[in-house]
Amino acid sequence: MNSSLHLWLIPLLPFAGFLINGVLGRRLPKSLVSMVALLAPLASFAVVLNAAKSMTAGLALPHVETFGQWINAGTLHIDFSFALDQLSLIMLLVVTGVGFLIHIYSVGYMHDDEGYARYFSYLNLFLFFMTVLVLAGNALLMFVGWEGVGLASYLLIGFWYQKTTAAGAGKKAFILNRIGDFGFLIGMFLLLANFGTLTFSEIAAKLAANPGWSGGILTALALCLLLGATGKSAQLPLYIWLPDAMEGPTPVSALIHAATMVTAGVYMIARTHPLYDRSPFALSIVAIVGAATAIFAATIALVQTDIKRVLAYSTISQLGYMFLGCGVAAYSAAIFHLMTHAFFKALLFLAAGAVIHGMGGEQDLRKMGGLRKHLPITFWSVTAAVIAIAGIYPFAGFFSKDAILYAAFLQSGSGKVLWFVGLVTALLTSFYMFRLWYLTFMGTSRNPEVHPHESPWSMLGPLVILALLSVGGGWIGIEKFSAYLSPAVGSLSLESSTPHLEIILSALAVTVALLGWLIADRFYRANPETPTKLAASVPAGYNLLANKYWIDEIYGVLIVKPLMALSKFVLEWIVDIAILGGIAWLLGGIAIFTGAILQRWQSGNLRSYAAWLAAGVAALLLLVVVPVLLGSHGIDIKRMGW
Amino acid sequence: MIPLNWYLLLSATLFSLGVVGFLIKRNLITVFMSIELMLNGVNLSFVTFAHQWHLVKGQIFVFFVMVVAAAEAAVGLAIIIAVFRARSTLAVDRIDLMKL
Amino acid sequence: MLRGLSLIGGTFSPASTRTTVSHAIGLVAGVNDGTMHLILFIVFAGFCLAGAINLLLQTHPINSALSLVVVMSSLAVLYLLLGAEFLAAAQIIVYAGAIMVLFTFVVMLLNASREERTMGSGVARILGFPAVAVVLGVIATVILRAQGMGSATLSDPITSTEDLSRVLFRELLLPFEVTSVLILIAILGAVALARPGNADPARADRAIAERTGK
Repeated sequence: MNSSLHLWLIPLLPFAGFLINGVLGRRLPKSLVSMVALLAPLASFAVVLNAAKSMTAGLALPHVETFGQWINAGTLHIDFSFALDQLSLIMLLVVTGVGFLIHIYSVGYMHDDEGYARYFSYLNLFLFFMTVLVLAGNALLMFVGWEGVGLASYLLIGFWYQKTTAAGAGKKAFILNRIGDFGFLIGMFLLLANFGTLTFSEIAAKLAANPGWSGGILTALALCLLLGATGKSAQLPLYIWLPDAMEGPTPVSALIHAATMVTAGVYMIARTHPLYDRSPFALSIVAIVGAATAIFAATIALVQTDIKRVLAYSTISQLGYMFLGCGVAAYSAAIFHLMTHAFFKALLFLAAGAVIHGMGGEQDLRKMGGLRKHLPITFWSVTAAVIAIAGIYPFAGFFSKDAILYAAFLQSGSGKVLWFVGLVTALLTSFYMFRLWYLTFMGTSRNPEVHPHESPWSMLGPLVILALLSVGGGWIGIEKFSAYLSPAVGSLSLESSTPHLEIILSALAVTVALLGWLIADRFYRANPETPTKLAASVPAGYNLLANKYWIDEIYGVLIVKPLMALSKFVLEWIVDIAILGGIAWLLGGIAIFTGAILQRWQSGNLRSYAAWLAAGVAALLLLVVVPVLLGSHGIDIKRMGW
Repeated sequence: MIPLNWYLLLSATLFSLGVVGFLIKRNLITVFMSIELMLNGVNLSFVTFAHQWHLVKGQIFVFFVMVVAAAEAAVGLAIIIAVFRARSTLAVDRIDLMKL
Repeated sequence: MLRGLSLIGGTFSPASTRTTVSHAIGLVAGVNDGTMHLILFIVFAGFCLAGAINLLLQTHPINSALSLVVVMSSLAVLYLLLGAEFLAAAQIIVYAGAIMVLFTFVVMLLNASREERTMGSGVARILGFPAVAVVLGVIATVILRAQGMGSATLSDPITSTEDLSRVLFRELLLPFEVTSVLILIAILGAVALARPGNADPARADRAIAERTGK
């Protein structure tokens, strides 16, 4: 039973939406544009559901559909092939499902924007590339999707391109993505050199056939791919684009920079997990990068005043968790967290959008407050999300975060350190999320002139659905989840000597989360002056955090400025002035010089003209007569090469 | 019994003298006269060869050369008159408006 | 008509005229035909060269014109020695009689005077003279080495006008007609160019001013 599931429809429908809205959108009425834009992800979601149904009915996995050859050069064969297995199904459900909800939300949010059709065409384009990325059966096709989502991200971040900050943010995102993609490319080359193929299944088969192959070149490969993942998933050191990406419309932040695109790195690591499994060193690097990023970003989020920035750093931190999960080879846990995170983070971003929309464009936390009376539905949805992200039982985040921390704890070697870092990060996460909650919704309004209003149902509907998912999304439990995913990502035996270790660790995590809530309560409800007093007492520390550790500035000084100076030097001095200027000067000089010489011929003097004529005649005569004369003497000039 | 080479030699000499005159004379009319001298030298050589090969066509060519020379003289002198009217001088070196 | 003309020409028989005249002169001078031919050639070739050199040496254009007339007339005699009687007559009538008169008229019209010393052209001196010398040398070498050139004698047959006209009006009729058109065009051109008001000194001065940027 291997009937075609028409997987090609999944990317193609959004692509059709992109074309229609992109080409004709300006001339179509808004309702038609919305219909086309909503139909695409909905139809894709339907196809994915159909595929899920087939899979539960016992489809042979992985299910591969090929659409023809792409490259056939010598020993290199790459096809357009889509591969469906449990991992890609989960991702597709998240991408198309959450994507569809965000499309609905965008209909309300972007309603008054004049780039309405352009927005939806870009959004559909993003869906196209993301589904290609997820479904790809080989690394090159995945790279196509990889680059494509980067492009869509650039287009959407810089959607309001008249704003220089937005355009600059789009550029920054794209460039940093490219730096990561360099790693991906090198990884692909290494894959080709060592495996002769880029198809994931063939790579896995080759690795399975060589059980003793580990370390060495595989480590290098894994690290190169990791570089690509850090670029796309905003980990250290390539994360700086994600906070700036908040310049884009909020639904974009929700879809791309919370739920789907930034998770592509995690997905890629899970997809190539056979490789990582063979290199413990690379895995430890992944875990360290993840943990470090998690705590680093969490500390920055503590003092941010822009509501979207808090969420951006929170995203970076949660992605760190997912990397940590991958780094301890708990891929299922990482994907589980990916899924739950998609629910509550998208919800948070959409709610932030609703708040901003209701406040008439205000994004500063210090100017909000008391919104729970004005935006009740938004308030309750956000509450669900905040509790979920804090990891409090029985909301979604608890199950996934816990699974990662448990796996980290059990990791031999540095596992306990990683666990501890994760625990501290959970404390910080809880604190800053509740801080956001208090500052936005609780207390009294600090901005009396603004009269916030609740958003329309097109925006609230998705909020409610996502809230429900944030509550119940984790109830499937990690055991069932990893059992489901294990054919795709392998399984990790999580047995430990200490009994009930898992329960103890979970209780510890929940306690820490509640502690964070308590502290936030103290700071922002009971004694509202406490944060300012604390900040005043450690001004250096506060400044360090508020300025994001000056990482942007450091990068600017260390990397950007020298690079721009070098390129300016090379391009302006060497290429422009020396080479091109030199060539122009040379050509001009030759022309002038030759002209000056030839000019003397045109003297207007009759006699010199006559003289030249006579000289010409003499030369001709010599040319003709001399060989003949010499020939008559027996000297044959022609044979001597005249 | 004059060897025809002598006629040809004379013709070549007349031609060369015409070229020299073209080069050294400073009056426009005299330059033009040197051109006529050149033509005459060539005519002589044509007649010589016509005699050599008993071809009448050689002499007819001289006839045509004369006709063309006449036409050329007429037009050339008209031009010289026009140039004189414009520049008020007949010195060859002063008439150099066509320089770059 | 051609036949009639040839009949008239035939009664005079220029061949016999020529030989008769030179024979007579030779009898008076006491030399035979061959030497007569040589003397005639040398004398009139000398006149040619003298006239040509004089043309170069004279400073006043009218003197140059008159020298050129001498050259033309000597050339006519040389044509006659080569048996081209019609051409000799045409040379005198057209060249010496019409063209040179035209030259003289123009000299008088423009009141041309002695040549002035002007800047001269270095190129002409440096490049021109050697070039001419080369040309002359090459041609002379070729001529002197040429074998198979015959010689001219007084008893050579003279080309009759009938022969000339037979070729001219039969095979070369088209070029003949074309040359008449050419002369017509030349007349028109000369009339158009020499009209008063055609060469405007003011226009020329303006052109010079533009060119030199003053």
